[in-house]
Amino acid sequence: MMKKATLALPLFLLVAGCSSSQTWGWYVIDPTTSSGWTNVKFLVSGMGATIQISLIAAVLSIVIGLLVALPGLSEKRGWRLVNRVYVEFVRSIPLLPMLFWVFYGLPIVFQSMGMNIPIDPFWGAIITLAISDSAFTAEIYRAGIQSIAKGQSEAAQTIGLNYFQTMRYVILPQAIRRILPPLANQFIYIVKMSAFASVIGMQELTRRANELVVTEYRPLEIYTLLIFEYLVLVLIISAGVRWLERRMGADERG
Amino acid sequence: MPDAAIELVDVNKWYGTFHVLKDINLTVQSGEKVVICGPSGSGKSTVVRCINQLEKHQNGTIRVDGVELSDNPKSAATIRSEVGMVFQQFNLFPHLTVLENLTLGPIKARGLSRKEAEDKARHYLERVHIPDQADKRPVQLSGGQQQRVAIARSLCMEPRVLLFDEPTSALDPEMISEVLDVMVELAQEGMTMVVVTHEMGFARKVADNMVFMDAGEIVEQGKPEHFFTNPRSERCQKFLSQILQH
Ligand SMILES: Nc1ncnc2c1ncn2[C@@H]1O[C@H](COP(=O)(O)OP(=O)(O)OP(=O)(O)O)[C@@H](O)[C@H]1O
Ligand SMILES: [Mg+2]
Repeated sequence: MMKKATLALPLFLLVAGCSSSQTWGWYVIDPTTSSGWTNVKFLVSGMGATIQISLIAAVLSIVIGLLVALPGLSEKRGWRLVNRVYVEFVRSIPLLPMLFWVFYGLPIVFQSMGMNIPIDPFWGAIITLAISDSAFTAEIYRAGIQSIAKGQSEAAQTIGLNYFQTMRYVILPQAIRRILPPLANQFIYIVKMSAFASVIGMQELTRRANELVVTEYRPLEIYTLLIFEYLVLVLIISAGVRWLERRMGADERG
Repeated sequence: MPDAAIELVDVNKWYGTFHVLKDINLTVQSGEKVVICGPSGSGKSTVVRCINQLEKHQNGTIRVDGVELSDNPKSAATIRSEVGMVFQQFNLFPHLTVLENLTLGPIKARGLSRKEAEDKARHYLERVHIPDQADKRPVQLSGGQQQRVAIARSLCMEPRVLLFDEPTSALDPEMISEVLDVMVELAQEGMTMVVVTHEMGFARKVADNMVFMDAGEIVEQGKPEHFFTNPRSERCQKFLSQILQH
């Protein structure tokens, strides 16, 4: 129901636009004409980069998030403080300034330390998205792990398992059911935020749209298509999340 | 005189400003069965949890098998592998089968091969009278069966001492005896046991030493003959008369 409604709005715009050709110029992305088809191909070809950036950033965020969450679960106040500082600090930085800092600033930091590590738009975007998102994944892990009863880790300790074995074999396999669905939802956030990579010159969906708007001067039509492209991506991911949730739920019952 | 399996000397513990254990002195000889009873909140669980280092005591000495417990994580690891623990709430691992629950410790902590660990697991499942439940998940078992799996899981680590913290308190009445029967068998086979319980029938049958705790202190301890027939302290008399009425 929700999904149909979400699709209806842009469709309405489309129909409205087609019927009054004064304000809309769909020819610019009309796949039946050769120039329109070239334009559509140009726009959609940014999809690969958007997906790549988002996927790699998501994987990194999943790893960093766990590494940040673990000290947050410690009984030692010092370790918990490390977790809090990271989460609060990273959460409060807007994505765009962080992107500029990583892309323009970080190479200079590296240089001053005598390392020559260039950062291209691709990795600049990935690093920024991963770090920005990791503050959220860390909190998801923490909540998930805390939801597992204390008796479980005590029982694991009394049969001689160390900290990492306890996490690996007892706690995480149980917590994963609570962690995975919200983690997958975070992926949607990453996909949407990856649009910012356009400003440092990454050739992804949004950048392509911007470039075409400059040459064709048809912002309404091109950005409408752009929104559609994100919509399709996000709908596919949410379908995946729902499938995952159903499977996790089924596991829990059986 | 045989080796003491466990020795607590003047052990004190605080939760914040709350003095939960006061000068606890307790010796458990190898092969001995000690039953601890006392009113709720008296510190019984805390004593047992200090022995296997789930809680830290602030002063006094605890020795397990002659090794003193300290902040050294290495000593904690040695102690834990020698001291088994059975919890009131079983604390089985719900995502693993019964067999996997039993083999996890031996494989990961002891380095046994899967085959060795499974043979051992089946052996102990037989000892607790549920040889045919190996491939089930804990949720598919009754409470009594779950607790017996938990006992088998501890036995698979072949501990020198087995601690029980109210092992039958979470069970339906009709399942209590099946768990107690297993514990009596273990006792008869010579296992060193420290049992927190209010099952006085069991205590009479197996205890070598009875311990009564109240408000963080060991108020009375002694042989069951004396303990049940003429306890010296008034608090213990009162507690026993209450509990034996049921
Ligand atoms: N983590 C904790 N923090 C603060 N106080 C605690 C903590 N754990 C236990 N206590 C307190 O210490 C006292 C002793 O607790 P303990 O669990 O050892 O009692 P118990 O004799 O086992 O009681 P029960 O029969 O209810 O299990 C209780 O008053 C309890 O409220
Ligand atoms: Mg208790």
